[in-house]
Formats: sequence, C-alpha cells, structure tokens
Amino acid sequence: MATVPSTARAVVIGAGIVGNSLVHHLARLGWRDIVQLDKGALPNPGGSTGHASNFIFPVDHSREITDLTLDSVRQYQELGVFTRSGGFEIARTEARMEELRRRMSSARAWGIESELVTPEQVRERVPFLETGDLLGAFWTPSVGVVDSLRAGTLMREAAQELGAVTVVPTVEVTGLDVHRGAIRGVRTTGGDIATDVVVVACGVWSPRIAAMAGAAIPLTPAVHQMISVGPIPQLAGTEGEISFPIIRDMDTFCYERQHGADMEVGSYAHRAILHDPDEIPSIEQARLSPTEMPFTPDDFDPQLEQALDLMPDALGADGAEMRYAINGLLSLTPDGAPVLGETPEVSGLWSAAAVWIKEGPGVGRALAEWMTHGHPEIDLHHSDVARFHPHQRTREHVRARTSEAFNKTYGIVHPGEQWASDRGKRLAPMHTDQVARGAVFFEVAGWERPQWYAANEALLGDYGDAVLPREHEWDSRWWSPIINAEHLAMRERAGIVDLSAFVIFDVVGPEACQAVQSIVVAQVDVADGRVVYTPVLDGRGGFRADLTVMRLGHDRFRVVTGGAHGMADRTWFARHVSGWAATVVDLTSSYTTIGLWGPRARDVLGELTTADISHEGFGFLTCRDISIGSLSVLASRISYVGELGWELYLPMEQGARLWSLLHEAGDGYGAVPVGIGVYGGTGRLEKGYRAFGAELDAERTIVEAGMQRPKVKSADFVGKDAYLKQRTEPPAAVLCTMAVDDHTSASGQRRFMLGGEPILTRDGGELTDGHGLHPYVTSAGSAPSLGRHLLMAYLPPDLAAVGTELAVSYMEERYPVTVISPDATPAFDPGNERLRS
Amino acid sequence: MTRVLVCVKRVPDSSGEVVLTDDGQAVDGRYAGFTISDHENCAVELGIRLADATGGSVTVLTVGPAEAVDQLRAALALGAGAAVHVQADPARLGPDDVAHEIAAVVRDHRAAGAAYDLVLLGNDASDSGDFQVPVRLGYRLGLPIVTGASTAEVTGDRVIAEADGPEGRETYSVPLPAVVSVLEGGVEPRYPTMRGRMAARKIEVETRQPTREPVGPSRVRLLLPPPAPATAEVLGEGPEAAPAVVDLFERLGVGR
Repeated sequence: MATVPSTARAVVIGAGIVGNSLVHHLARLGWRDIVQLDKGALPNPGGSTGHASNFIFPVDHSREITDLTLDSVRQYQELGVFTRSGGFEIARTEARMEELRRRMSSARAWGIESELVTPEQVRERVPFLETGDLLGAFWTPSVGVVDSLRAGTLMREAAQELGAVTVVPTVEVTGLDVHRGAIRGVRTTGGDIATDVVVVACGVWSPRIAAMAGAAIPLTPAVHQMISVGPIPQLAGTEGEISFPIIRDMDTFCYERQHGADMEVGSYAHRAILHDPDEIPSIEQARLSPTEMPFTPDDFDPQLEQALDLMPDALGADGAEMRYAINGLLSLTPDGAPVLGETPEVSGLWSAAAVWIKEGPGVGRALAEWMTHGHPEIDLHHSDVARFHPHQRTREHVRARTSEAFNKTYGIVHPGEQWASDRGKRLAPMHTDQVARGAVFFEVAGWERPQWYAANEALLGDYGDAVLPREHEWDSRWWSPIINAEHLAMRERAGIVDLSAFVIFDVVGPEACQAVQSIVVAQVDVADGRVVYTPVLDGRGGFRADLTVMRLGHDRFRVVTGGAHGMADRTWFARHVSGWAATVVDLTSSYTTIGLWGPRARDVLGELTTADISHEGFGFLTCRDISIGSLSVLASRISYVGELGWELYLPMEQGARLWSLLHEAGDGYGAVPVGIGVYGGTGRLEKGYRAFGAELDAERTIVEAGMQRPKVKSADFVGKDAYLKQRTEPPAAVLCTMAVDDHTSASGQRRFMLGGEPILTRDGGELTDGHGLHPYVTSAGSAPSLGRHLLMAYLPPDLAAVGTELAVSYMEERYPVTVISPDATPAFDPGNERLRS
Repeated sequence: MTRVLVCVKRVPDSSGEVVLTDDGQAVDGRYAGFTISDHENCAVELGIRLADATGGSVTVLTVGPAEAVDQLRAALALGAGAAVHVQADPARLGPDDVAHEIAAVVRDHRAAGAAYDLVLLGNDASDSGDFQVPVRLGYRLGLPIVTGASTAEVTGDRVIAEADGPEGRETYSVPLPAVVSVLEGGVEPRYPTMRGRMAARKIEVETRQPTREPVGPSRVRLLLPPPAPATAEVLGEGPEAAPAVVDLFERLGVGR
C-alpha cells in the first residue's frame, strides 16, 4: 500500500489531464512540496482522460472557452503531442449553413483561420465521404488530435524533475478536514496529509470529493457514446494516427474521427444518460475502466444508419467491425461551463472540474496563475465555481439542465435561447400581476424576469416603424418589437421595472468603510445616503465586477449587483473583508427592487409620497428612506436607462403592494410596465452603459472601457497599482459605440446583428488592436430613441473617433457602420440632462 | 443446408471484479454490463461458420428476462438469421427448467416443419456454472451429445466435433440431429459490423412464454471465493525490457 507525505504545501487530487497540467504549472510558478494523488494507477488512472477521443476544434462561440483551447493547443504542440488533421463541420440544412456562417463570425473574431467550403471541397480531402446530402462545410485547418495521456505524463514528470511534486497513485481520498471554513487536511487510504490548499481535479468524481468538505461542485457524470470501427481499407494504408480531416456531422450530432486503421464514431444524439458519482464502479469492478461504462447499443442504433449513409464505403467495408464501443463518462454542468476556482464554501479548497481535453492544459495554467497571483491571465468568470446560486448546486437542477443541454452539444443555439427545464423557481412578489400583463419571462439565476409584456402590444400601433421591426426569423427570435415600444413609452412618459433579481448584500461592522474602500475603485468614504457606482478590479487591474454601493450609515454599506454575477461578487467581497472588522450579510431574498424611470417618474412617485422628491430635495446619486403610503421604502436616485427616476427597495413581501400602487398612480401619466429587454438592452445601449460579462471582464481595463475618472482616491484598493499604471499608458484598445448605416443584405432583407460579430474595415480588411486581438461586437441592440441599431466594440485606438467608417460582418455579409461614440459619452442625451432633471 | 440452433444466456460481464446481488442469488451486472459467456460466443461463431459453409441458417435462442433481447440482437448482428426469446425470470429457473423450455422450442419448430440439425450451447454459463443444460437437453430430446467441443464441422449427415481430453485431442463423429456444447478456444468470435447491427434491428424476435411452472434452481446462495493473491513481476525498465516482454507475449500466445 502506497503511503503519502504527512504534510504538503498543496494537494492536487487527480492525475488526469487537468491535475497533471496543474502540478506542472504550479511547479513552474515556484510551488514546491505539492502532493498529487490518484486512486488509479498511472499513466491512465481510469478517468475521462483515458477514453477521450482527443480531438480539438478550436472555434467556439465563447471567447473564454476558445482562449483556453488555443492556449491548450499551444501547450500540446510544445509537448510534441499534437497532430494537425484539419476538420470539417458539415451542414445538411440551410439552418445549419446559417449557423456555420455564424461560426465564421466567431472564427474571425477570435482570429482563427477558417473558411466555408463546398461539398466538393470536402470530398477532395475525404474521398470516401458521400456528399450528396451536404450543402457545405466549415473548414478549420488547425483542427487536430492530441495524446492527452502522454501530455499529462510529460507535464507531471516536468514537475517531478523540478522536485516540486510527490506523486502517489493508487491511494484513495477518504475525507477532507475543514476547520473554521478553511481546508486543513486530506485523509487517504495511504495516510493523512496536513495542508492548507487542496485542488479537486477529479473529473466525474469531483462532486463526491468536494462534498467531503461540505462544498459543491455542480456537475454530473453523463454518457457520451463512442464506437470504433475497423480495420477500414481506406485508412489502413495511411501513416500514423490520423491523415484524414475529422468530420463533425453537425445535423446528426455525430463525429467521425480516424484513429489509425479505425474510424471512431461518437454521438451526442442519444438520450441524456446521467449517472451519479457515487454509482460509478471502482477500478476493480469496471470491465474496462470506471468511466468506460457498458455500451447500450439501442441508444446508438439510429446513428449507425446516418454514419453509414455518410461513409458507406469506409464504415461498410468488408471486415470493418465494431470492435470497441463504450458509454464513456464525461462531466456536464448546468450551464455548460467548467467549474474552476476557490469554492465559496471552503477557503483553500479549489475546483478544477468539468474540463474537456481541448481546455485541459489551458485550465491548468490559468488555475495555477489564479492560485499564485489571485487572478488568471484569461478571464474565467463564466467558469468561476462561485457563480452558482444555491438552487443551481442541487442534484435535480444539475440533472434537469444537463439533460436539456446534452443534445445541444452540436445544436444550433440562439444567443438569446432560454432554458425550458426547471423554471418557475424564483418568483418576484408581483409575479401574478406580471402573468396577467402577459409577461414573457426570461430567466436569470433562477428568477423569472419579464423580458417584455404582451399587454404593451397596443403600443406598437402608436410607434409604427419606430420600433425597428426585424424581418428575419433568426434576428427576431427571442425578441419582440414590444421591447422597443416599451422603451419609447418610458422615454416619453414612464416605465416600471421589476428588478427583483438583483443580488443585494450589506457590508457591516466598525471597519465596514475601510473594507469596502479596499475592494472598490470609487471613493466610498462619503456622506451617509450617497450612492456610488464603481468598478471592482482584480490585482492585475482587470474588471472583477461593476456595481453600486449605497452608504446607509457609518458602519453599513449596501451593495447591489446583477443576478447573473452576483454570487461571485458576494464571494469576492466576503473573501476580501475577512481582514477587517466587517462582515457580509446577504439580503437578496429580503428585498425586492422596483425601478421607476422616465420624464413623468417624479409625477408618479409624487402621487404616492409626501417626501421631498424634487431635484433639489432628492439629488442624483443619493438614497434615503421614504414613505409610500404605509410602506417604508429605500429610494435610490440612480438609473441604468438614463432617465429621471428611482430604484425602490423594500421588503420582498411588500413588493406586490408597491408594484400595484405604482401602476395605479402611473396609469394617469401613461406609465407602462417595462421589461428587461429595455433595462438590460436598449436603455443601457443608448446611454453607452457597459455591462459586466459583455464589455467588462478581467481582460479589460477601466481606461480601455473609457470609464476613468479625473482622480484616483488616496485609499488603497485591489488593483490600484495596476490601475495607476494603466492611466499613464496609451490604451491598447478603446471601447466605442457604432451605429449600423445600412441593414440591407444581398437578399434585400434587413438584418440586425445580435452580438459577437467581427468589426472590419469598410472593404473587409482585418483589424488588430494593441493586444493583438481583433475587434468584435460585445453588445448589440436597438436604440429606438435614435432610430438606429447600435454595436459596442473595443477598437484599435487610432480608429476611436466619431465618424470612423467601418463594417460589421454578419452571416458572412458586410454592413457599413460608423463610430458615434469613441468613449463613454452616451449616444442618447449626451449631456445626461434627463438624469439630472 | 445445416439448420443450427444456438442457445445463449444473458450473464453479467465477468471481466472485472465479480459483485454479487444483495440476496446472493446472482452476479450483479450493474457496473460491468451484460453479455453472453465466452463459450457461447464461440458457439455462435461456430454456428455461423457451419451455416455459411453449408448454405444453412442460424437461429439464436435465449430463456431469460425481457432485457435478454439485447443478447439476441447482438447475435443477430453477427449473422444469425432468426431469434427466439422465452421470456422468464432467471431467478426462478433451474437447469432442468431451461432444458425443458429449449426442448419445447425444438419440438414445436420441428412440428412446424423447421427442424434443427444441430443445437449448440456453451459448455456452462459464466455466472452460475452449472454444467447441466446441454446434457439435460440431449437427454430430453433423445439426441446424441458431445460436450466440451472446441470445434464442430458438418460432413454429410454427421457432425465432427473436437475436444481436448485428458489424454489428448478427442474427435467425435455423431449423426445429426445432435447437441454439442462448446468450450471457448477453438474459434475466434467475430465482432459485429455496422451493417450487421442494422440488419439485426429489422429481424422480428419470436417471443414465447414458459410451457410449465419452473422447478427452480434450488440454489441456497452464491459465495465469492477469497481474492486470489496477486503477484507482480517487474520485467525491467526502458527499452532493455523489450526482449523480456516479447518473450512473455510469446509464452502467453498474445498476437498469435
């Protein structure tokens, strides 16, 4: 029986591609005294790495995933385990061709060489492929295969050569010791290890290991079926592992990948087959390996026919047998993203889970940087383990969402697409009334939020073509012109917005001021009742969040942030106040918020309160308690839509009452309920307001985003040194707002971009900013008050000038655009007179 | 034109650690999945070769639960042309029950004008290891039986079966119709082709119910033997170890 060292600087559990890559990069960054454990034997301990199909298509619509993949490919190449094969994603339908055109947008935006090709061009490279049913294909020459087991071995050995790691296979973790919320040790079948840092890189077993410490890693083991067919005569004579491009047959959700004389056929078309981490067999019980579960042929049968139709001469060749077939286990998460970072429940306990072969080495590097410096070079906010709300960590939620998402692996997923499963979970107090008003609900963080209200359909008649109607089905999917009508009604009169999905937490305590001061960029040592909008930076000066802070007292600050990123923000604050006499108290479920905005907002509120709400009596960026009837409400004069008005905070159970009072009072002024389509889209875009996760992330700076203030406060805060340095240097890119000059496509139909599209020169030339990156649309949407369609993008600084003429590529057609704002100056109401009226 | 019936049993795959069900009555296939015994894989292979050689046909039969249709489909994918499924709860069946049900099928098919020339079975099932059904079947049908055969060929109206006996290779020649139980090792079972698997999906399986109340297995419970001591021998390290590895492979017959 192997034994383990009794102490370690860090323990990495797992010797798959992620664990091996992580110990390599930790060692490279100077970590020593690492212990790496696995319950299996090396080099293939029996996890998902061991049966991976090991091919990499670099283009993904997610920049974060693409960046991890590109870094991983570089590392695989340096290790000498990457073989370039090229790859086709083939289309059998016009809808898929459109998706491939959208793929081209992402390829251009991320700077990956790709092109759309004809079926004949596919056949030139893959002569045994039947192209009769094909319309075209997306060709990426840099697609390739890797030897992930060899890569892992090389990386582990590199760490061993540095004397950084003790590798102990065939010991199983039996427990994790936690003291006062911090990890203290690992118990194993080979002895106990005292340590302050533990990384769970256990793939499909990760939830089970994390649970030993009381932490959640929300993923489920799920089956991906794969068969290997051979020997195939067309392949038998070729050199090495692969000489034909890999085929992704996107419309059948299958792939065909050469492996020597065999062809591997993998499927994402079968029913979702989920397992539980506790039910995975042990190494001894398993027939092949624990993650190579018994093949269930009935589930694969429909794919056989499709694969044979595609490659009849190869897959149907004499003697070509199905010699290996598995239900391979991989890790799926409720939102499809990896689960990375320090767990919010237990400090010192890190998750490195739900990672595919194509991201493994990149994740290892990023996580090692995060553990060493406090932030990775690649923005990982979509993957942050802290992002999950409590309900999203439940087994049932994970199973519902992964079941729904499995068949979308090769699916055509609209950027606005909503989940169908596990809905109706968090309902605003005014939900019943919203239903009565025909609310079309979109979900964020489990909350059902009206995106628009069918009851406002009558407004369409009032505004006619000013609602910028969209003719194309794709452009108008998950969208309604009613959004733009609500926008115009709000700008003309007033809008009432449900903001229940806000994450709200207080920082309280004798040193609350110092604590908040140390976390945020803006000056928060202000008078009670002041409202401060502020970025939050990481140590490198990249955005960690942007949010508002209300000073409610000498020892109390209320932080309000969006539902989508709110849990990560709360964790960030909780971690950073820990050195101060202050604590974080979550009030998300205590308070609901209603926004009231528009030129008539003061009139509406004035019907309901005797408080002084004049501009002089209740200035912009201030907050105070007011009485609205018998309700005590915290009113905050702030706006994310650029209008006069307030955010009104009150106890959740009183929200329905305030909602109806506002509507009763508002009816006389033409106030309408307004959905998030306006609040998070048109309203903010017209005002040039940046959104975290779109314009703002850890790879962007305040200077690039055009959000720098004349002064920097004297108090210290996270990222201050980096920010001061950024202010002295010319930015490498500048966030600009552009308007589309002509929407007419070649077919004559008017097209409307949705975000993610590359920005080019007018004649189609590629643009590159000071980072070496290519500009892409971070947000796109209607600006109904301007009658224009707006795009935001980070441009090379020399192009950041009003009037610069450029183009946007959408579905492989170019449309002229012009820069209308080269900084944070709003395109609508540039003097912000409405806010300050 | 030999008409062959091959009898197979759904059993847990036994290539991993054997796990028993909680009641000790069966091997648990939850982790490893289900298959047919290696002996039966060879019986299916022999049956297909015999049928191919004589222009005959192979029917595959099982007595077992609804899920056992997976094993019938697997054999159909290899080249069997028909399948019979006697649906029964295996926990309630003893060897005599299984032999009785197979015999009933053979008689019924003979009565319907589709008599079998040869019935092939595995020598014993990998989960229960009773070694009972082939002999009981031969007795019930009044047919000659060869047990433990590793090969079988049909010449005229006789089947020539070879088996390894204690004194050497034994060759049996018995008149058809006959029963032969097969030991693995004489033939290499094939894998399915994609076309074979697709063709198998289209074949209708004859589904039957048991013809009598089962006697039962009279099994008290299964027990696992103590784990065999495992020893590891290091053959060497690096390229120098290659000759020793080759030597071992030759001794084990790997790559024959």
